[in-house]
Amino acid sequence: MSRRPELLIPIVFEAGNTSLRKVANWRSNRPVIERRLCTNCLICWIYCPEPAIYMDNAGNVQIDYDHCKGCGICAEECPRKAIKMVMENV
Amino acid sequence: MQVSKLLDLYGREGLSPGHSACQGCGATIAVRQVLLAAEPPYIVVSPTGCLEVISTPYPYTAWRVPWVHVAFENAAAVASGIEAALRVLERKGLGRRHKIIVIGGDGGTFDIGLQAISGAFERGHDLLYVCYDNEAYMNTGIQRSAATPIGSVTTTTPAGKRERKKDIVSILVSHGSPYVATASPHLWKDLANKVRKAQSIEGPTFLHIVAPCPRGWYYDSSLTIKIAKLAVETRVFPIYEVENGKYRINYLISRPRPVEEYLRLQSRFAYLLRPENAALLEEFKRWVEERWNQLLKLAAAFPP
Amino acid sequence: MYSLTSSRLMTGNEAVAYAVKQADVDFISAYPITPQTIIVERLSEYVSSGEVDAEFVPVESEHSALSACIGASLTGARVFTSTSSQGLALMHEVMYIASGLRCPIVMAVANRALSAPLNIHGDHSDIMGSRDSGWVLIFAENPQEVYDYIIQAFRLAEHPEVLLPVAVNLDGFTVSHSSEPVAVLEDAVVRSYLPRNPRPRLEYEEPSSFGVFALPSHYFEFKVEQERVLRRAGELVEEISRAYPNSHGRLVKLSKFNEDGRIAVICMGGTTGTVRHALKHHGLEDFSLISLKLFSPFPGKELLEALSEAEGVVVMDRATSPGAALPPLASNVAATLYEGGVSLPLLSVVYGLGGREPTLKMVLEMLDKAEERLRARGRAVSRMYLGYGGGVA
Ligand SMILES: Cc1ncc(C[n+]2csc(CCOP(=O)(O)OP(=O)(O)O)c2C)c(N)n1
Ligand code: SF4
Ligand code: SF4
Ligand code: SF4
Ligand SMILES: [Mg+2]
Repeated sequence: MSRRPELLIPIVFEAGNTSLRKVANWRSNRPVIERRLCTNCLICWIYCPEPAIYMDNAGNVQIDYDHCKGCGICAEECPRKAIKMVMENV
Repeated sequence: MQVSKLLDLYGREGLSPGHSACQGCGATIAVRQVLLAAEPPYIVVSPTGCLEVISTPYPYTAWRVPWVHVAFENAAAVASGIEAALRVLERKGLGRRHKIIVIGGDGGTFDIGLQAISGAFERGHDLLYVCYDNEAYMNTGIQRSAATPIGSVTTTTPAGKRERKKDIVSILVSHGSPYVATASPHLWKDLANKVRKAQSIEGPTFLHIVAPCPRGWYYDSSLTIKIAKLAVETRVFPIYEVENGKYRINYLISRPRPVEEYLRLQSRFAYLLRPENAALLEEFKRWVEERWNQLLKLAAAFPP
Repeated sequence: MYSLTSSRLMTGNEAVAYAVKQADVDFISAYPITPQTIIVERLSEYVSSGEVDAEFVPVESEHSALSACIGASLTGARVFTSTSSQGLALMHEVMYIASGLRCPIVMAVANRALSAPLNIHGDHSDIMGSRDSGWVLIFAENPQEVYDYIIQAFRLAEHPEVLLPVAVNLDGFTVSHSSEPVAVLEDAVVRSYLPRNPRPRLEYEEPSSFGVFALPSHYFEFKVEQERVLRRAGELVEEISRAYPNSHGRLVKLSKFNEDGRIAVICMGGTTGTVRHALKHHGLEDFSLISLKLFSPFPGKELLEALSEAEGVVVMDRATSPGAALPPLASNVAATLYEGGVSLPLLSVVYGLGGREPTLKMVLEMLDKAEERLRARGRAVSRMYLGYGGGVA
C-alpha cells in the first residue's frame, strides 16, 4: 500500500537521490590511486566526506569521479601514500 | 556488535554523495561515520544548520534513511514526539519503534536548542543526540556560538572570542544521562563503537563530535582529519565517556603536543597568535589545562 | 441517529478533552496555560488511568509541544495539543511548519488576550496573530460545538486530500469554563467516524526526507499548493460533516439566525450566543445574525449568499489589528464583499478585549447605534469600540 499522496508535498521520497547530481566540477585537483601501492585498506574511504570512494567488484578501492570534490583528504590520510592529487586541467 | 575493522562498516552508508557540503567538510565525515555505525531501524532528526541545508536541496536528498528537519531550536522536541508516538503505535499495532538519532550543530545544541534538549533529557526519552561541533554558526556565515573557543575569530567576534567554550558534556551528565561521550572522526573505530554503545543504552544519550570546518576555521580542505587529530593530541578536545556518572578517558594524552601546532594551521586563530594577544593565548592554554586537570580528577574520583 | 448520544454536563475544556479521548488519539503534548490548562489536566488523567491509550509528553514549552506534535504526526500518529495566548505566540514559528509539512494535528485554542499588559482573559488576539499560518481555523460557540467540532476536526485534518492542521477555538472562560449539558456520542460511533488513513510517514523501510529545503525554484509552488489545499479543506467540510453521526452537531461554515433581518451582524465564538439572545428576546427583527464557524479558509461564497438581501453589515471582531485598515474578521468580510462586487455599509466593531465581556445591555446598545451609524456614513466603513471606556466609544 503506497502512502504517497497525489499531492505536491515537500517530501523527498527517493532516498539518497543526490547521487544523481554530479559535483565533479567543484574539483580543481583529482585524486589518483596508484594501484601498485594501494592495499585496499579503506582508510581513504572512511575519511571521505562525500563519500566518493568505493570498492569495485574485484575488491579494489576506486574513486567515484562524478562525486569527488577534490578535497585532498584521502591523499593526506592514505597510510601508503598511494594517492596523488593531480591538477584537473593538465 | 563491536566494530573492529573498516569492513564492518563498509556498505552501511546512510548518506549519499552529491550533497552540497564544502570540500573537506568535517561535519559530513562525522555524520557519515555515525550512520555507518548506527544499528537499524532508526530515524534521523536534524535541526537547521549546514547539515540540513547541504543534504536536502529539494527535489534531492542525500539521506538514505528516514530523516526530518523541523526548525533550528527544536530537534530534541521533535525527536521526543517521534519516540513517544512510535511507542504507542507499536502498542496499538499501527507501527513499530525505531531508534532515534538527532544530529545537530553546536548552535542548535549549545545555544538555541538547549532548552528542548534539557527537556528531552529530563523526561528521559530513548534517543541518541549527536552534536557535530564546528564551533560556530557556519550555515549563516561563521558567527560565534557558545561552542566557539577563546580567541577564535568569527564574523561576530572580529577581535577573537573572549569567553570560554560552554561545557556541554557536564550539562548533559548533570541531567543524569546514562551515557555521554566525546569523539573525533579521525578515531573512527572509537566513534563507531560509541554510537553502538549509546544506541544500546535505554534513555537519552549524547555524543559530542569535533567537526573541523575548512570554511569557517580557515584551513586547507585536505587537513580536516589532521586537525581533528591535533585537537585531541593537544588536549583541546579530550576524548572521554561518562557512563552512569563514571568517567573514562579513552585517549589519555600523557605528552600533549603544543597547542600552537593546532592553532597555527587555522587562520581563525591568526589573531590569537599575534604577539600583542599573548594574554588571550595564555587564557586559551589555561582553559585547555584546567579542563584536562578537571577531567583527570573526575576520572580518579568516579572511575568505571 | 440522535439516540447514539447521551448527555453530560461539561465545560468547554472538558468537552475538548472528552472528544479527544473518544477520538482514540495516540499522542498528546501540551504545556499548561490559563484558560486551557484543564484540557491538559483532564487528558493526562485519561492517559494515566488508561481511559485513552496515548502517550502524553509533558514538554518544557509550547514551542516544544507543537514540535513534538509534528514529530509524532510524521510517524502517522493521531495527534492533539492545546494552548492559549502566550503559548500560541510561542508556537507561532512552528505553526507554519506544521502546515507546511502537512501534519494533520488538531489543536484546541482557549482564546486569551496577549501581553502586555498581562491578561488571562478572553479575546481572539492570540489566534489572529497566526491567521496566515495555513491552519484550518474553526470557532465554536459553546461546549456542545466544541465537542462536535473537535471530533470533526480530526476527520477533516486527516482527509487524504487535506493533511493540514486544524485549530478549534473556544473563547477563554466564557466557553472554556462554562458548563452545559453536552450530547456526546458513543465511543464506538466516534471511532468508526474516524478511520485511519495511510499517509507518508517516517519509517526505515520506506525512507523519505521531510522538512527539506526549497530554493526559489520550488518554494512558491509549495506555498500556492498549500493555499489550494486549504481551500479544498473548506469544500470538504460538507462531506466530513454530513458523515458526522449526530446531525445536530454538524460543522457548518456559518449559521444564520433571523434570516430576514436587513442588517447582518457577523460574529464568531461565544459572543454569538449573546447576540442571538438579544435578537430573539428583544424583537429586533431588523437584524440577522451570521455566526461564522469557519474562519480559515474564509467561506466567502457562503457569506455572499448569506448577505444577498442585506442592507448593511456589522462585523464584530474580538481582536484588533493595530495599523491595519480593518481588524481581521472585518477585513475578510470587506474583501469578500469587494470580490463579490457588493457594496454595503459596514460597521466594524471591536469588542471584548482582555475579557471585557459584552453584556446583553452592551450588545443592545451596539445594535441601537448600528442602524444610525450605517445610515449616517452611507457606504463608508465606520468603527466602534464596544465596551471601551465602560460603554460604546
Ligand atoms: C529561530 C532561528 N533563528 C535563526 C536561524 C538562522 N540560522 C539557521 S542555521 C543557523 C546556525 C547553525 O549553526 P549550528 O547549529 O552550529 O550548525 P552549522 O551551520 O554550524 O552546521 C542559524 C543562526 C534560524 N533558522 N532559526
Ligand atoms: S588509504 Fe591508500 S592504501 Fe588504503 S585503500 Fe585508500 S588508497 Fe589504498
Ligand atoms: S579528494 Fe576528497 S572528495 Fe575526492 S575522493 Fe578524496 S576524500 Fe573524497
Ligand atoms: S561551512 Fe563548514 S560545516 Fe558547513 S558545509 Fe562547509 S565545511 Fe561543512
Ligand atoms: Mg556550528
